[in-house]
Amino acid sequence: MSTLSIENISMRFDLPNGSHVQALQDVGLTLNTGELLSILGPSGCGKTTLLNILAGFLAPTQGQITLNGARVNGPGAERGMVFQQGALFEWMSVRDNVSFGPRMAGQREAQWKGTVDHLLDVVGLRDFKDKSVYELSGGMQQRVALARCLANEPDVILMDEPLGALDALTREKMQGLVLKLWKETGKTIILITHSVEEALLLGERLLVMAPRPGRIHREYHLPFAEMGVQQDLRSVKKHPEFAARREEILSMIWDMEEEIMGRSAEATA
Amino acid sequence: MIALSVYLAIFIGSFVLIRIGLRRWRARHDFTSLKTVTFGDESAVRPDRAASIISVVTIFLIWGAFTGSKWAPVHVPGPFLGDTQFTFTVEAPDGTRDDATVFARVQPVGESAATPDVPPNAGFAQDDAVTVAAMRSSLVIWDENDAINRTDGARVVAVEGQAVAPGATVNTQAGDVTLTARGTLNFAPAKGMQMEPIWLPAPETVLARAGEIAATGYQNFTLWEHLGWSLYRVIAGFALGALVGIPLGYAMGLSDWFRGWFDPIVEFMRPVPPLALIPLVIIWAGIGEAGKIILLFLAALWIMTIAARSGVSGVAIAKVHAAYSLGASKWQILRHVIVPNSLPEIFTGARVAMGVCWGTVVAAELVAAEKGAGMMIMVASRFQLTDVVIMGIILIGIIGYAIDILMRIAEKWLVPWKGRI
Ligand SMILES: Nc1ncnc2c1ncn2[C@@H]1O[C@H](COP(=O)(O)OP(=O)(O)OP(=O)(O)O)[C@@H](O)[C@H]1O
Ligand SMILES: [Mg+2]
Repeated sequence: MSTLSIENISMRFDLPNGSHVQALQDVGLTLNTGELLSILGPSGCGKTTLLNILAGFLAPTQGQITLNGARVNGPGAERGMVFQQGALFEWMSVRDNVSFGPRMAGQREAQWKGTVDHLLDVVGLRDFKDKSVYELSGGMQQRVALARCLANEPDVILMDEPLGALDALTREKMQGLVLKLWKETGKTIILITHSVEEALLLGERLLVMAPRPGRIHREYHLPFAEMGVQQDLRSVKKHPEFAARREEILSMIWDMEEEIMGRSAEATA
Repeated sequence: MIALSVYLAIFIGSFVLIRIGLRRWRARHDFTSLKTVTFGDESAVRPDRAASIISVVTIFLIWGAFTGSKWAPVHVPGPFLGDTQFTFTVEAPDGTRDDATVFARVQPVGESAATPDVPPNAGFAQDDAVTVAAMRSSLVIWDENDAINRTDGARVVAVEGQAVAPGATVNTQAGDVTLTARGTLNFAPAKGMQMEPIWLPAPETVLARAGEIAATGYQNFTLWEHLGWSLYRVIAGFALGALVGIPLGYAMGLSDWFRGWFDPIVEFMRPVPPLALIPLVIIWAGIGEAGKIILLFLAALWIMTIAARSGVSGVAIAKVHAAYSLGASKWQILRHVIVPNSLPEIFTGARVAMGVCWGTVVAAELVAAEKGAGMMIMVASRFQLTDVVIMGIILIGIIGYAIDILMRIAEKWLVPWKGRI
């Protein structure tokens, strides 16, 4: 079984004015293949930084990441990334975007055509494959981004608020799609979100992070993602345990925010 | 002044007419028509086609009206043509006075006409006859045929009954009559308000001249050769500038060393207008083709470099990250992400550069050239061939406009995503 392990990562940004920000402190975690992890936390607690380190865009000041025993140093095709928005190539058609990874790997059309067409079917964009991405709505664009990532068959999929820019209804549909893809492909997925509901629905494991320095505050193991695969997401949300968890986590984050406000008020006083 | 007021009047008049008169059946039915706030919304302000057409027609009408064009239905009063006359009074040395009449025949410039016949009259001052070209003037040596002439002491004391001293001018109905210092009369028939062809020829004259030059050429080259050479220089200079500038801009956008090395040069050369380089280029490369192309190369180079540089710097980092995560190599990212992403900027730069090159080539040809659009109007202006000058200016404008339209079409076709995301 392959694993992604985050070994006591710390990240410190030195600022030009001489001070520094401890964005992450001693973050450690191990993920097995096929696990779905969501990360939640107040703004500025280092979620994006952690994801960028996992993707290989940033090197941590301490600690290391290994995937299947190999150390990560730099971006690579085995770790796919879905961005919040604006990362599609608008000079390419939908199909060229989705087939970008395989094409860059030197595959011929015959090799990737089947996968790409299948993925376009799955995300419901078969009729749009020859369109330009700027002709699509925001939700459709995110579906293209998902398909593009999957077409490259990464071991791990990293998502930084992938649904953050979508309206509530589209967002709900996309959540269902993410769950479906997770189950079908069996990929390891790490997803950052600002929505407690989304974190509960799209996390077998849910990590709540705390700021200053950014660290893991608490980890949950949750049944809702599995439930969401079987049934409608709305009925999952009506589950009594769901409501209880939501209240618990909301007040936890609320307290953290309060503390931050209090601390900065002290600092300015 | 009059032309300006007429222009303003047409502007306001047609606005009121079209806007209010035709509003009802020109109602728009698209999305913009439903916007209630269009002030300050640039996308909702679209050129009114009718206004554009009226604008162009107005310019030609005013041009025609002030040049007596056949194309214009109304004209401002033109110069007087035909026969006219004025009287003058001569005083003999003994104090006796006699009136005589000058019969003037005013004919169009360049045509000759018979001098009007003058019957002899009774007094010592005989009537005189003169022919004048419109808008010109003519001396009347009134005493040639007189019994007592200037050497005898006769002099003109009044014109049309109005006393005159030497140097004074009398405005008669026929035109201006000036008594010169030497005692002769200078007659300038009424000029009207039209422009003389030497200042501003009528539009049809310009068109006729264009046809003539297109058929027979001008200064050893056909019209198409003149324009073609100018265009060739622009395209060659621009192509070289783009060929060097775009890779240089990319290098500056991707490498610290290149950025550091070329930044001072580019930033220094950018504000130097290409026209300021003309003298140096002439000293170094002479007035031949090489000099022109070097100049245009320099004009295009910095613009294209800067456009390519900002095209590279402007790539959203998320796109580069995404490409890396999809397994692309550096070269693949350059080719499939950075280059296409920079195309809109490069096109904007190319449009600017083409405009600058076209302006620069004309200026350079004005200074020194054997052929070219600028040279054509320069030589024509030395010979006072205003119609050729105006034809040249119009052709230069049309070609510049056409270049920009072509660039815009190419842009729409090649970078359809520009401004869309
Ligand atoms: N390049 C950088 N240089 C300096 N400081 C940085 C940099 N990137 C992030 N930081 C700091 O690190 C901390 C964590 O930032 P990060 O973007 O990871 O937060 P986040 O949890 O993703 O926040 P959000 O939920 O708002 O996206 C912040 O205090 C931020 O100011
Ligand atoms: Mg973030």
